[in-house]
Amino acid sequence: MTSAPTKIRFRDPQVEMAHGAGGIASRRLIDGLFAPILFGSNPDPLGDAAHVSIDGTRVAITTDSFVVKPLSFPGGSIGELAVNGTVNDLAVSGAIAQTLVVSYVLEAGLPTDILEAEVRAMADAARRAGVIIAGGDTKVVEHGKCDRMYITTAGIGRVIPGVDISPAKVRCGDKILLSGPIGDHGITILLARGELDLEAELRSDTRSVGPLVEALADALGGAIHWMRDPTRGGVATSLNELARDCGLGILLSEDRIPIRDAVRGACELLGLDPLHIANEGQFLAVVDADYAEAALDALRKTPGGEEAVLIGEVDRQPAGSVLVTTLYGGSRIVDMLVGDPLPRIC
Amino acid sequence: MRYVDEFRGSELITKTADEIRRLADPQRHYRFMEVCGGHTHAIYRFGLKDLLPPNIELVHGPGCPVCVLPMGRIDDGLSMAENPDVIFTAFGDMMRVPGTRGSPLEYKARGMDVRIVYSPSDALKLARANPEKHVMFFAIGFETTAPSTALTLMRAKAAKLHNFSVFCNHVTIIPAIRAILDSPDMRIDAFLGPGHVSTVIGCRPYGWIANKEGKPIVVSGFEPLDILHGIVMLLQQLNANEQKVENQYKRVVPWEGNRAALKAMAEVFELRPYFEWRGLGFISQSALRIRDSYAEWDAEQRFSVPGVRVTDPKAAQCGEVLKGVLKPAQCKLFGKECTPEHPIGALMVSSEGSCAAYYSYEFRKAAMASR
Amino acid sequence: MCLAIPGKIVELLHEDRDLAVVDVLGVRRKVDVGLLEDDRPITGDWVLIHVGFAMSKISEVDALDQLRILTELGEQDAAVEEVRGYGLGSP
Repeated sequence: MTSAPTKIRFRDPQVEMAHGAGGIASRRLIDGLFAPILFGSNPDPLGDAAHVSIDGTRVAITTDSFVVKPLSFPGGSIGELAVNGTVNDLAVSGAIAQTLVVSYVLEAGLPTDILEAEVRAMADAARRAGVIIAGGDTKVVEHGKCDRMYITTAGIGRVIPGVDISPAKVRCGDKILLSGPIGDHGITILLARGELDLEAELRSDTRSVGPLVEALADALGGAIHWMRDPTRGGVATSLNELARDCGLGILLSEDRIPIRDAVRGACELLGLDPLHIANEGQFLAVVDADYAEAALDALRKTPGGEEAVLIGEVDRQPAGSVLVTTLYGGSRIVDMLVGDPLPRIC
Repeated sequence: MRYVDEFRGSELITKTADEIRRLADPQRHYRFMEVCGGHTHAIYRFGLKDLLPPNIELVHGPGCPVCVLPMGRIDDGLSMAENPDVIFTAFGDMMRVPGTRGSPLEYKARGMDVRIVYSPSDALKLARANPEKHVMFFAIGFETTAPSTALTLMRAKAAKLHNFSVFCNHVTIIPAIRAILDSPDMRIDAFLGPGHVSTVIGCRPYGWIANKEGKPIVVSGFEPLDILHGIVMLLQQLNANEQKVENQYKRVVPWEGNRAALKAMAEVFELRPYFEWRGLGFISQSALRIRDSYAEWDAEQRFSVPGVRVTDPKAAQCGEVLKGVLKPAQCKLFGKECTPEHPIGALMVSSEGSCAAYYSYEFRKAAMASR
Repeated sequence: MCLAIPGKIVELLHEDRDLAVVDVLGVRRKVDVGLLEDDRPITGDWVLIHVGFAMSKISEVDALDQLRILTELGEQDAAVEEVRGYGLGSP
């Protein structure tokens, strides 16, 4: 007896770029096609990692693909992103990454020295993050069939005891923490592409946030209600996802959000909102209000966490949305990004 | 950030907002139109509506050059991109605007060479760097942007760079304001004038608005303090029963405008007899085209374009929203068939279009307030 | 049509008198100063930048003047109201 095939709710006739951008369209694809067919048993397929039990031991597992142009940029390269991205997904799910496996899709004609540089970058990043790269796979495709190199990493890690995060645990009054300045990575990439002819002293912030998450978990344990690394789509997209998942409102104070001068300058010039720009070395945490000070303290005492700040709190309204307020009392809703942030002149 | 942060300072903003509340007559309902899409964007971005008393209503005007571009023109521009030797360049604002068969970004995803540029001079640079290709620049914008396109064309001609052309969709602001004032449903009390357009055309062209139409107009900048100060000046005029053109944005706008910019525009462009504005219909003498002396760099002459008129669905009430007769949320399609993700009408297509701005920034706030 | 940002001229290019380098919070770009040929900017001047072109010089005097006007807002009126409060004038 065969059971009836699962009905999918995804109505778009074909795959579009927007479906990979990490915003509304991506969510529609996952919710409407992948989840009903693949993720029946996972209550939170949109989480950064899946926590599973193997013979009674809780482990976290995740995977991520890295597609970036240019391959190399100030502060890092695709290899580092591939390691740190997966390590960070595990970290913000409440797990410490232990082992990674890597899969390369390489374009025929890719110079060996470029490949070697990326592999070395991965090895260095893995060492810094304290993870082992245990194995992998390589495929080569014809020239023109991929953009030089695509890297996919999958990672497995140990769930941190005492940490159990989920949007369902978020409560009104919870405080929102941000580990450091936003926008460094996305703007660095934008400038590195060279199309806009802008120069600035900026580097990608790519790094493992594992030590910071561990410090936070040490201090707070179960008082951490939710975490995420705001990569593609920025802080705004991550917090919008939370707002929708928990049905509450996210209130941010604009003046508290740390932004480097050069990121601000580029955003003003190009008409971009820093809240929509990708980060590769920061994370957001929503914690019990009573533990907010302790959380900040723990982060600031950890190397790399000195710039951690409280940026807002959770409230009943605006339910499902994110509201940013200025010092003088003006406010605006900040939405999820639909595609990549585009410069504007109007 | 100098010349920016001082005009975003909380103390002065609060003070100016207090002055607005003091000046606004509680017995009156004021309707001020900000003409320029940049002002619409700034008002939402800085949450300025939160600072105004309930009897001051800001009506969003037609100054969004992306919003008023008919879909047929986008199709025309994109038809040039279908040529494998052409590099299609445009500002980021254009990239998601849908033509009949997709937006520039969608054409890019399908393999056509479509690139974002920050400046028309970057498009010219691309032409220099790619002599075997033809670079076409899809030019949009009001008088703020037209001089830069003009100067770029002058540079292209001087350098004898023949693999470069411009598809000119520049429009002018005065006819748009006239269309608003000519509209029978119009109930605007005063105008916030477009600060950056005015750096080029100066303040004189607005004289008829004050003198003939009897409406105060204050040319304003784009920082929160500029907009609020502009509103203060409008209230001061209305309270004193005055109707004049004033310049709030003195640090940047010269009363006489920019002679060199106007000269460049006159050298390269002439007025089209008429041009179709999405949502407003045909308006005479409202758009620029490239002069014959620059015909070689005119994409409309270099390429044959379909030139098909595409009309919006009747249900889309863009025209009425553009003229300030309807609020975005009052259009039947708003938020349902027409959203920023799948825009049907002009005003949802650009982030500074009234409907898109309202959708992204505001309407969930309204839901919040009503609880 | 409206996004224009103040930037400081940090360098004039010798090889092309129509080009200058502007700095906005540490971000640098070449801009075309051809629209300001009647009053060419020099290093240190602040200009308004739109689509890679300098549109206008920014006047520090006018900027300060505007801020002064706003700072004094309401003070004149407050002074007048204060005098009215003395009850000296006719009703």
